[in-house]
Amino acid sequence: MSSVRVLVGTRKGAFVLESDGKRSKWNISGPHFGGWELYHVKASPADPNRLYASQSSGWFGQMMQRSNDGGKTWETVGNKFVYDGVPGTHQWYDGKPHPWEFKRVWHLEPSLTDPDTVYAGVEDAALFRSTDAGQTWTELAGLRGHGTGAQWQPGAGGMCLHTILLDPSNPQRMFIAISAAGAFRTDDGGATWQPINRGLNSAMLPNPTAEVGHCVHRIAMSRARPNVLFMQKHWDVMRSDNAGDSWHEISGNLPTDFGFPIDVHAHEPETIYVVPIKSDSEHYPPDGKLRVYRSRTGGNEWEPLTKGLPQSDCYVNVLRDAMAVDSLESCGVYFGTTGGQVYASADAGDSWAPIARDLPAVLSVEVQTLP
Amino acid sequence: MIRVVLPAHLRTLARSGSEVTIEVSGQATQRSVLNALEAQYPALLGTIRDHVTGQRRPFVRFFACAEDLSHESPDTPLPEAVATGKEPFLIVGAIAGGSR
Repeated sequence: MSSVRVLVGTRKGAFVLESDGKRSKWNISGPHFGGWELYHVKASPADPNRLYASQSSGWFGQMMQRSNDGGKTWETVGNKFVYDGVPGTHQWYDGKPHPWEFKRVWHLEPSLTDPDTVYAGVEDAALFRSTDAGQTWTELAGLRGHGTGAQWQPGAGGMCLHTILLDPSNPQRMFIAISAAGAFRTDDGGATWQPINRGLNSAMLPNPTAEVGHCVHRIAMSRARPNVLFMQKHWDVMRSDNAGDSWHEISGNLPTDFGFPIDVHAHEPETIYVVPIKSDSEHYPPDGKLRVYRSRTGGNEWEPLTKGLPQSDCYVNVLRDAMAVDSLESCGVYFGTTGGQVYASADAGDSWAPIARDLPAVLSVEVQTLP
Repeated sequence: MIRVVLPAHLRTLARSGSEVTIEVSGQATQRSVLNALEAQYPALLGTIRDHVTGQRRPFVRFFACAEDLSHESPDTPLPEAVATGKEPFLIVGAIAGGSR
């Protein structure tokens, strides 16, 4: 019988939650790396026992961890992230040039085919790759060097490269997103990049339709249809049907179109999920009601999913990397909150239950569906 | 032999006790002590000082003989009591970071 493993990164360590395919009883292990911030933990699609974790602290900086046994044991791997060549400058909050400085790894994306290859999205925004299972890291410098890097500036959370999507139909194509620069695509395995932000409209920019500068919070795709992308921007939920060449808004009847995560049903490429948040200055759900919104029409028409979720006095946030889906026949949907709850739905969002209630603030949630 | 006291999180990374001993060839300075420490415990690379610049990380402090040596040059000789192993060289996580 299939089983599910949920990898949770929190402000104070990592946790591994496991269940059989019924997804009703969960065993929690952790904290792993207690006291450290775990921005992201993710498994290799090519080897389910190979996990990578980004571990950091304000005192001791960035560490990288690797597990070869599904998270039971871990070993320290390379933490040397050095920008290629002369790093140059990006814009600081005051609009002045500021040198690129490595701060932390936000997101890890293991290769779809090689367990020893993994990509790392870092702050200050850049993309690194390891082909030796995390021992050494090399920047894919064409991203920062393609020409707009000097115009990028940090969002409130820092200038982070937080999303990496690998196209399962084309190993040369990748999508990444940076807050606050926007989305970018490579069609040659990471050597050269182009901004893909046409159609985005950000009122906080001097030029709301600028080529770069947009605060993209998250991008998601269905593996079955990688030319269709869904985006949660700072404000606005967006869709592209041409691999990012152009975007159009699909916020529709959402109560607010601010939010962080967005994800796609494992088997229904037109079914998408967001968690509306009241505003960028009030990082909590509208009316104190924690509601996931689901569209079964690829956007515009949204329904609130509330069964099992707190519908009063709830003021948590759900961060950009803290939602994931499993690939069981009845698609499971999972998300974690800054209040330390991890909620799961075994019926595509119709009903929810907490599978962990009192963890540290959740930074990331990933799911493995195991045979 | 030089004695080095590590903060809790670095002990976990190094898989060591609170105090480790290292051998330094030549004069004992912050740089030579950290070079020897990192050679003996590679998991500590980058955690105490920056990989590229070699600068002490901002929230790490170096104490010895009841003195704060954090702002000394990395090539200043350490006190004789540290060099002879009578007193430990303390690597300390500063009191900071309570906002999370």
